[in-house]
Amino acid sequence: MKPRKFGYCRPDTLDEALALLAEHGDQACVLAGGQSLVPMLNLRLVDSALVIDISRIAALASIRETDDHLEIGAATTQARLLAHPGLERAVPLLARALPFVGHVQTRSRGTVCGSLAHADPSAELPLCLATLGGSVVLRSTRGERVLAAADFQTGALTTARAPDELVVAARFPTARAGQGIAFAEVARRHGDFAIVALAAVADQGALRLGVGGVADRPTVRAWTGLASADLPDVLNDLAWDLGGRDDLHATAHFRRDLVRRLGRTVLEEAASCSA
Amino acid sequence: MQRVSADARVRVSLTLNGRQVSGWAEARTLLCDFLRHELGETGTHVGCEHGVCGACTVRIDGVPARSCLALAVQADGRRIDTIEGLGGSDGALGPLQAAFRKHHALQCGFCTPGLLMSLSALFDGPTVPTEDQIRDTVGGHLCRCTGYAGIMAAAREVAEDLRKSGEKS
Repeated sequence: MKPRKFGYCRPDTLDEALALLAEHGDQACVLAGGQSLVPMLNLRLVDSALVIDISRIAALASIRETDDHLEIGAATTQARLLAHPGLERAVPLLARALPFVGHVQTRSRGTVCGSLAHADPSAELPLCLATLGGSVVLRSTRGERVLAAADFQTGALTTARAPDELVVAARFPTARAGQGIAFAEVARRHGDFAIVALAAVADQGALRLGVGGVADRPTVRAWTGLASADLPDVLNDLAWDLGGRDDLHATAHFRRDLVRRLGRTVLEEAASCSA
Repeated sequence: MQRVSADARVRVSLTLNGRQVSGWAEARTLLCDFLRHELGETGTHVGCEHGVCGACTVRIDGVPARSCLALAVQADGRRIDTIEGLGGSDGALGPLQAAFRKHHALQCGFCTPGLLMSLSALFDGPTVPTEDQIRDTVGGHLCRCTGYAGIMAAAREVAEDLRKSGEKS
């Protein structure tokens, strides 16, 4: 299908973009890479009077490393982040998960922040941000606020972003020395949205497991001093707590099974590579 | 700042296969439709129109991308390469195209332009593509005729020829 008619603005600066959002926010949508928004416009699942294209705002095409996080600007594509020389060292989980995000042909335009703002329950990037305990930077003409991943994504395709706010950056905590990570995903085909995706972080005896694709948003559990013998029980509890349902792609039973089995695999892998 | 109202048509100028071209587009016109209907370059095929099938893949500033997920107005000032530019000016087939023909890497041909544009970007890279890279690139396209065996064989052969020629390692 083709999109309904809409107006188009391509601001050159962040201030122009924020002014547009302040004026038209509730009738506008933000276009960065378009790999989630344009399909929805084409299928007429989204109806918007105005599309604000932020892809050419130079200030947003950034990757900045600070003492404790990697900050990725809203116009930075997934391909550019994947090719970033320091990624494997700074945020190894992203280096592991990004190849599962779509395909070469969509990562070339798709942005990291766009995927977070789209908030698909089975998308890999929101899962990574939630598992690592990262945050999202929102800006409007009213000011700036920083929301933790868990406070940002409030449900399936739903976030706490106000209509006049722009996701200007995402902050992924950088890996500490000795931290172990693991990622696994089951999808019908590589590049499809995950039936179940799991990310694990092991850090000095503390374990964190994030699960995507089952609940309406990524779900993260954390344990300390967990004995290996307790793993089946805690994973079984988690698998049931997620409340997965049958759909076109998989049964709830299959999803629970994946959480139990792959949960164990990724937690053990993360623990084994942590020092 | 560029502004296009919902009912307006604006001039979009881009470099298509090395030629400077321009045409008119609404804000909602997709790049694939602009190429086909406005510029008359119908080699780019349109399949699913939501980024899944890969038939409409073109190169935007050298990089493979879905032309059904880009707006024509976004392509203004950009370099776009499509299947029409892949062969020689005399109509001779390029190496990937010749290998596709030799290995029966197409049957109905609907997916072929997209696949060739993705593979051409991969083969223009600094090194000879590996089996994994070829697989990853082909994985971004749906082909319902060939079962992909011919496509993989064609790409492997071009990679092997590149390696033998010593042009790239």
